[in-house]
Amino acid sequence: MENIQNVLYLSSFVFVPMVMLLGLWLARNINQVRGVMVAGSSVLLLLAVKLVFDFLGARAADPTSEMLFTGHIDWFDALHIKYAVGVDGISVAMLLLSAIIVFTGTFASWKLKPLTKEYFLWFTLLSMGVFGFFITVDMFAMFMFYEIALIPMYLLIGVWGSGKKEYAAMKLTLMLMGGSAFLMCGIFGIFYGAGGNTMNIIDIANHTNGAHAIDTGMQCIWFPMTFVGFGVLGALFPFHTWSPDGHASAPTAVSMLHAGVLMKLGGYGCFRIAMYLMPEAAQELGWIFLILTGISVVYGAFSACVQTDLKYINAYSSVSHCGLVLFAILMLTQTSCTGAILQMLSHGLMTALFFALIGMIYGRTHTRDIRELNGLMRIMPFLSVGYIIAGLANLGLPGFSGFIAEMTIFVGSFENADLFHRILTITACCSIVITAVYILRVVGKILYGTCTNEHHLQLTDATWDERVAVVCLIVSVAGLGLAPLWVSNMIRTGVAPVVEHILPTAQAVAGF
Amino acid sequence: MTIDYSQFLSMSEEVSLLAVVLVLFIADLFACGKEERALACAGGDDTACGCPCGGHVRALLPVVLLLAQTIFILCNINTNAAAVSSAFGGMYESSGMMTALKATLNVGAIIVFLMSSKWLGAAENRIKQGEFYTVTLFTLLGMYFMISSGHFLMFFIGLELASIPMTALIAYDKKRTESAEAGAKFILLALFSAALLLYGISLLYGAAGTLYFSKMASMPVNLLSILGLVLFISGMGFKISLVPFHLWTADTYEGAPTPVTAFLSVISKGSAAFVLFTILAKVFGTGTGFFGLWSVGFFWIIVVSITVANLFAIRQKNLKRFMAFSAISQAGYLVLAVMGVTEQGMAALVFYLLVYLAANLGAFAVIHVVEQNSGKVGIDDYNGLYKTNPKLAFLMTLCLFSLAGIPPFAGFFSKFFVFMAAFNAGYYLLVFIALVNTVISLYYYLLIVKAMYIKENDSPIAAFTSDCGTRAALVLCTVGVILLGLVSAFYDGLSHLAGIAL
Repeated sequence: MENIQNVLYLSSFVFVPMVMLLGLWLARNINQVRGVMVAGSSVLLLLAVKLVFDFLGARAADPTSEMLFTGHIDWFDALHIKYAVGVDGISVAMLLLSAIIVFTGTFASWKLKPLTKEYFLWFTLLSMGVFGFFITVDMFAMFMFYEIALIPMYLLIGVWGSGKKEYAAMKLTLMLMGGSAFLMCGIFGIFYGAGGNTMNIIDIANHTNGAHAIDTGMQCIWFPMTFVGFGVLGALFPFHTWSPDGHASAPTAVSMLHAGVLMKLGGYGCFRIAMYLMPEAAQELGWIFLILTGISVVYGAFSACVQTDLKYINAYSSVSHCGLVLFAILMLTQTSCTGAILQMLSHGLMTALFFALIGMIYGRTHTRDIRELNGLMRIMPFLSVGYIIAGLANLGLPGFSGFIAEMTIFVGSFENADLFHRILTITACCSIVITAVYILRVVGKILYGTCTNEHHLQLTDATWDERVAVVCLIVSVAGLGLAPLWVSNMIRTGVAPVVEHILPTAQAVAGF
Repeated sequence: MTIDYSQFLSMSEEVSLLAVVLVLFIADLFACGKEERALACAGGDDTACGCPCGGHVRALLPVVLLLAQTIFILCNINTNAAAVSSAFGGMYESSGMMTALKATLNVGAIIVFLMSSKWLGAAENRIKQGEFYTVTLFTLLGMYFMISSGHFLMFFIGLELASIPMTALIAYDKKRTESAEAGAKFILLALFSAALLLYGISLLYGAAGTLYFSKMASMPVNLLSILGLVLFISGMGFKISLVPFHLWTADTYEGAPTPVTAFLSVISKGSAAFVLFTILAKVFGTGTGFFGLWSVGFFWIIVVSITVANLFAIRQKNLKRFMAFSAISQAGYLVLAVMGVTEQGMAALVFYLLVYLAANLGAFAVIHVVEQNSGKVGIDDYNGLYKTNPKLAFLMTLCLFSLAGIPPFAGFFSKFFVFMAAFNAGYYLLVFIALVNTVISLYYYLLIVKAMYIKENDSPIAAFTSDCGTRAALVLCTVGVILLGLVSAFYDGLSHLAGIAL
């Protein structure tokens, strides 16, 4: 009974978008479309907040189980595929993040034209995929939701994007689907490697329900495939090239959702599937990916320094910050992994804020080239202050979420005592300085000084719908920065069992 | 063994289909007089000629009868996977899986009938409307026999019954030179491949001394039998249109009337793929020395089929040719389920076929209705379709996404299960190559989506209302594309029926 209740409770994150899809389908005019979207995304946000409290309560009552609110219903019996759900501290945090971004994304695309209804249909389908991915613990269901989240991106960028939209949309879709081709192979490998009796990741990890340990040699084949498969979405160097083009061409809310949430699917998947289920391979081959992510971090930051398009700057900054997420996961200490999840949260909120503001500025000035923008502070003070806050959070100023996340990551990474990890950690730390360079360069260039473009002098500041989006995001960023402990404790309860699961085998491997 | 009339009872599926064909044939005799009168009225308008609903009755009768027959065979389905009933001393065999496949083919034929109803009712086709149904159902009957054969000659007769009437269908628009040309190409190549197949069968007879599938497994592996196997695979490769036996496909698909192309691309191909599976399993199965040989052969055939077809599809300008190459590549995925001839593979194959049927027929229904209303089949003509005909464009998108294997549409599930079956059988590399190819296929399916949604067009296809038949077909296909995957009952049912003890 409790089983079914849990399934229904968590599945409401998927049912609500389904109802929204139906509502959008029936909506007759733009006000009804907006009504459906605001109602639906508010319900999702409330659900996410309720889940956080429920989870904290349940966790206090039951500190030992890995996942809470678990439940399953049979799906494809013959293939041992179930629709299994369950959440831990990590996925609850991710669900909250997604709900915030979907809510603010709705407001950020308030005035979007043309084909508003279709836009929101695909947007909602995308968010359904994202929510579904975070609530399920069955590899098949996860993979299905993962792909549901990818494909709407093609139309969202292709139809409503700007610039080289057709090229960018196709490149993004094909690269991500290429990644999922690797991923599918990896999933088959894990499933059959563990005995072919269960797709449930908890069962596979704990060798229960007919699953047994995956042969280490096989792990070394499937681990890179799975990691690269998810890594493409997490902007792992050298598979990150879809990201700048895609972000630059996407409409505002899609950039927000994509950088804010979708890229997190990659990091979450790497942690939850690749490393959790194949700990021996993660130990043996982790160093290769550690170098690649190290390159992502530094290279992304340097690239952002030389870009002139606001969205490209932010997209490369995302490459750098998402690289940091994967980097921290691979460092494999409790602290660094907690930091990685915090960084996912923090980067999701900051980047969404950035993209929202860039979209609003672009909607007024019709240019994103920093060489053509200056003195915006006097013309649109609200947006400019928002931009400065986003920038400061991004470069890791204490008091905002970025500081908490990066601090945790680097402290955690430094816990690894060997030279290799130390050198990489120090290299990655340099990215903080570079981040400051490109953030301050942009802020100084476009916000201050005198406005030389007469056309820009006529522009207005943010409207109410834009303010809602910006304020929500700023409050979240600052809230996470000022009161990080409850979130980080919640995340730690999720990270601890996973890291503990991977590390004992590490000592075993080292002992050989 | 005594053979009496009671043997026919175990062939209830074929007998009932034959009854449907005969009823239609006779009904056509009576309808024909009225129709000629109607034609004589020169206007072709039913009501004006005192024939108030003749057209509708003629279009609905085959659908209703075939539906009744489908329900009949599904009610009598043999749910015990291990039990195989045979008749005529083993010439004919039947199992639950075969019945399920026959019912699937029936549904496909019903959808084709629905989508073609308006086209068949047009003035120039009305005189031969009855023949379309009769001939189509005869090919279906041939496939039934082919599927249920327990003997190579029985199989060959079924195959011929399935392909010779097909030529008449392909050349149905005889006044259109492309259609006649396509018919000629098809019959020439069909005969050639039939000759190869027959020669292969004769060699196998020489090697085994019998043509009953059940007795051939002990055949010695020597040059004679291997040559027989190669010729058999070539003949089947032609039917399923696998590279390098695919050269007829694009021309025939382009020239044939669109509903016939749809029929050819799904139903004809699907039945042949299933028979390939059963014969490989029964005659050249895992226990025999042939298994390793054809596994290697099919490894390369699949790799080449999928890759070459995908690369060719990218360059096509005509949507029907495009769908032809897409169908070749899909055939590659279909045959992927044959690898290893496992029970899981068999369930995956029939499920793949079922899903492919819904998605491909849906796409063809859109192509057909657009062709009927605007005469356009070029991919560039579809630019801007979403602005003028949003519903059609949306349905086409769903079908294409399903073909490309995008969730939550059924194509994702069927592809996943086929890959899973092949992976379980140990073909890791093959699965990986096929997976990489799904990305290429996604690229060209997205080209169509891009044309419909993104590209601008100064003279887009004008808005039009589809006829009831096409709408019914599209609704069926869309429901199939959405529900076949998400509702697990279909796959689980097939998986329950799958049994290698055929």
